[in-house]
Amino acid sequence: MELEIIVEQFQKKDAGAFQKLYNMYSENICGVINTIVKNNNVAEEICQDVFMKAWNNAESYNASKGRFFTWILNIARNAAIDELRSKAHKNSKKNFSADYFVGILESMTDSEDGKEDIIGLKKLMVNLKDKCIEIIELLYFKGLTQKEVSKELDIPLGTVKTRNRSCISQIRTNMAL
Amino acid sequence: MDTKEYITSGILELYVAGTLSELENLEVYLNAEKYPEIKKEIEDIEASVLSLTKSVSPGTKGFSDIQNRMAKAGIVKTEPIRNKVSWTAYLGWAASLLFLGGSIWLYQQNDQLKLDLEVVSRENDVMEQQIADSENSLAKTEDLLNTIRDKNITVVALGGQTVSPTSYAKAYWNKEEKKVYIDAQGLPDPPNGFVYQVWSLKLNPLTPTSMGLLEDFVDDDNKVFALANPNESEAFGITLEPAGGSESPNLEQLYTLGVATS
Repeated sequence: MELEIIVEQFQKKDAGAFQKLYNMYSENICGVINTIVKNNNVAEEICQDVFMKAWNNAESYNASKGRFFTWILNIARNAAIDELRSKAHKNSKKNFSADYFVGILESMTDSEDGKEDIIGLKKLMVNLKDKCIEIIELLYFKGLTQKEVSKELDIPLGTVKTRNRSCISQIRTNMAL
Repeated sequence: MDTKEYITSGILELYVAGTLSELENLEVYLNAEKYPEIKKEIEDIEASVLSLTKSVSPGTKGFSDIQNRMAKAGIVKTEPIRNKVSWTAYLGWAASLLFLGGSIWLYQQNDQLKLDLEVVSRENDVMEQQIADSENSLAKTEDLLNTIRDKNITVVALGGQTVSPTSYAKAYWNKEEKKVYIDAQGLPDPPNGFVYQVWSLKLNPLTPTSMGLLEDFVDDDNKVFALANPNESEAFGITLEPAGGSESPNLEQLYTLGVATS
């Protein structure tokens, strides 16, 4: 695919390629950050920081270390977690009861502009068990390792892999609906 | 390899999550390069994660905000404009200084030309010697060319990695003769006390086997090295290791890497 070429140009500091990648992934990255910081405005701000960081460190990405999306996802998770630890955040902390990313759903029901997304999320989550929601939260949104997830959920290491596989497969089926 | 089994193992989902070890990431990458169905699966998994993460997005501030930030970061401090002085007063002085400077420059140029002429005639002698030398090395090069043109040769391009993205190398692998010629022209000179080490990689699980060192790298003229390779290699990698080489590769110092597609 042409993704490789866009990434290559991005690494050569091509602003056009940067814009393409931003358009491809910015909503996703903001989404992941939002599930961690649970504040739309803060999430959007950190999201921009993350893309600037990616731009400034473009040369440190390497395809043999993982997907481009995974690379930027990693930067985003770290930035979001840093924010959680920061003093500013502790002071302005709003009390959302969302433990899992689906909790975002609840916090979004009040706002008008989120409606389309909620339908999207609901559609993706059809037939998904709580077990799945947990494991996806930990692996994709929190970035825990297989070992850490196995400890956290108290399940065997191999089960993490297989359970996650079947959960993602369900989402893939739902996507096609 | 049984790609179906590999796909259903769930390792690719963890790969997209970014929670694998560095070695596992490398293994998945090499497998994806080798088997299109694995690459396709990774892309499909990524698509599902993308739609999931998008569905919880609050929206974005847009790329124009990024452009503003880039512009701000790129701002060069400009000096404040000083008091205006009558510039015409300086013009005459400037012109005469320019003329003086020009004359001196012309004189020096003339001297330089005389000197250059001498140098050129000396260089001619040197070049004649070089021509004789290169005829010698041409014969060697033709030998080399014949070797790598052999029909049994598989060519593997090794691309630059994180530590040195601009590096590259080529492996010419003669499976019949169990030999690999590494063309390392595209690698920088190794720092003192270090040496390049070539690895044959087998996948599933990723197992590196040393093929040897690129010794006397700096003094080697053509930077082509012949190494024995009795292995059923699936990929080749070159790492920088302390002099004498290492038991296992230091992936932090992986310079180039490439998959052998057969």
